[in-house]
Amino acid sequence: MALEMTYREALAKSIEEEMQKNSEVFIMGEDIGRYQGTFKVTRGFVEKFGSRSANYNYRILDTPITECGFTGIGIGAAMAGLRPIVEFMTMSFSILALDQIINHAAKVHYMTNGEVKCPIVFRGPGGAAKQLSAQHSHSMDGWYAHVPGLKVVCPATVADAYGMMKSAIADDNPVIFYENPGLYTVKGEIPDDINYSVPIGKGQILREGKDISLIGYSRMTQVHLAAAEMLAKDGIDCEVVDVRSLLPLDTETIYNSVRKTHRAVVTYEDWRSGGFGGEIVSRIQEDCFDDLDAPVIRVGGLNVPMPYARNLELLCIPSEEDVIAAVHKIR
Amino acid sequence: MLLRSNTGTKRGSTVAKQAEYKITESAAELEEHLRDMLFIRLFEEKCNRVYREGKAGGYMHVYIGMEALAVGWMKAIRKGEDYVITAYRDHAHALLLGTPPEAVLGEVMGRKCGTAGGKGGSMHIYDPKNGFYGGWGIVGGHIPLGAGLAFAARYRGEDKVCINFMGDGAANQGVVFETLNMASLYDLPCVFVIENNEFAMGTRLEYHAADKELWKRGLPFDIRSERLDGMDVIQMKRQATEIVEWCRKEQRPAWIEIMTYRYSGHGAADNDRQLYRTKEEEELAWTRDPIARLKKQMISLGYMTDEKYEAIEEELNNEVERIYEICDASPFPDPDEVYDNIYSDMTPEKGH
Repeated sequence: MALEMTYREALAKSIEEEMQKNSEVFIMGEDIGRYQGTFKVTRGFVEKFGSRSANYNYRILDTPITECGFTGIGIGAAMAGLRPIVEFMTMSFSILALDQIINHAAKVHYMTNGEVKCPIVFRGPGGAAKQLSAQHSHSMDGWYAHVPGLKVVCPATVADAYGMMKSAIADDNPVIFYENPGLYTVKGEIPDDINYSVPIGKGQILREGKDISLIGYSRMTQVHLAAAEMLAKDGIDCEVVDVRSLLPLDTETIYNSVRKTHRAVVTYEDWRSGGFGGEIVSRIQEDCFDDLDAPVIRVGGLNVPMPYARNLELLCIPSEEDVIAAVHKIR
Repeated sequence: MLLRSNTGTKRGSTVAKQAEYKITESAAELEEHLRDMLFIRLFEEKCNRVYREGKAGGYMHVYIGMEALAVGWMKAIRKGEDYVITAYRDHAHALLLGTPPEAVLGEVMGRKCGTAGGKGGSMHIYDPKNGFYGGWGIVGGHIPLGAGLAFAARYRGEDKVCINFMGDGAANQGVVFETLNMASLYDLPCVFVIENNEFAMGTRLEYHAADKELWKRGLPFDIRSERLDGMDVIQMKRQATEIVEWCRKEQRPAWIEIMTYRYSGHGAADNDRQLYRTKEEEELAWTRDPIARLKKQMISLGYMTDEKYEAIEEELNNEVERIYEICDASPFPDPDEVYDNIYSDMTPEKGH
């Protein structure tokens, strides 16, 4: 049997179940308790795991607006064996905590030659929401996917939000769990099974096709699914490859699709120049050169700080039309 | 005991007058203090020689002059239970917590026998089995981690505290203030210990701190805050013991500034100390040498003689040389180990 819910509800259900199962799992972040979370993922948590009247609740820990400091406290707690989930109000704010995430969480296992583990999840909305402008709309996925020692996941579907959160919490390594704010209201189904999980490091084919591979992750996978519907009307049969996990990256799923269709478009919301899509394209040309019938095309966010005006903002974020235009370039 | 006299600009005499007190510690305990401090000093002097001979590289920071501080605090805690974390001047803490000295020197020399198999180096010594969580290279960066260790103890209802060491330079980092706020807000059993050796690398205290009395910085966060003399091991251990047990009982943080001095440069690569201090100042600082002070105290009590001291020094020197021979015979890590332990459950993509 399956349960229908939104992406946001699937995340909340996954986190709540893991907190119920394991008393060493806790969540911390800005306004997640009494205020119920800025994007309401932790709605009702303070009542379930603490008390509204307490000065603080260790399992649902409201923090001051000091990202670097509270991230470090989470990492220290993870080094002692607890399993913290650190919520960033937006991934843009995790920039304040980069030193803690990259210099400390990602490296401690290596620097201790395996003696210390750091089982921690850093999660939050990354990318553009709606008119939040330049400082609240960062896509941080590619930045983190550059760092050995981190795992980075970007689920695009409701079932994956649910199942990959389970895997992220169970993982003994620091995991960046990237939620695009545009996905929170997307509806879908999850299996009615609290032990359901989706492994980190596996891509998937969400739509089979023979003419061209549309490769992406997070909300861009939803854009690809919509673009594929439109292109089908023109007789172009797209295969939608959902990368799901950037680090580790499941290149086999990507390569198998490219070897079948011989053409690929890679879409990512991050700035086009230097974004993670460029890494995917580079790998395809290195390993599948003889299988390609056309250059692999990147579709990325415009290389500008995100503007406020809605028409300009929409211009910056890759759309179905941008994907379709890219497909027509090589088909 | 609060020493509030640090308003002058003369260096090396910050805590000019050392307190008079009655020594009640046993001869055996005092000898252990002396041996521990002397061992650290000889070990660190050996590290300096090893570095100069090219058998250690990178950045290496020794503890010469500051021995009484680490000895006092490490004897005040429950070893192996309580958490200890520090920055990159980390050899002494590991040695005192029970890390085999050959594993410390081996790491400094980048050998397989090192605490991290040669992957960490001098700045990254870890020994979690003995409660030692490093060994960190970003000034101030480990301070929230230490609070996180204390948080874990509090979360689980354990009877542990965290001793969170930092230098005076780190006391200016923003994340330290963030952490103090949360340590107080969440009632964390964490003792922040500032090893104030009066220099943030080559920048003197009065040039890097708007108010040289760093101890005051805990007060706005409603944290117990004090300044103590770190050049007297007997007093240091007594005071540290009181603070550690207070922290354990009250489940509250403390912010303790300890006045000390490093006789060596900031790191092994700091070859020009006269850029930031005078020879006269160093000579004056040597009059506060914690080892010489304890030796004098013990002689006056009849617990020590010059002959016995020399015998101990020779014994410890021989021990350091023995350790060095072990490390020098230990191989460098195997090339294929480069990919090990980046993750607990997978290796990253290989190759250039």
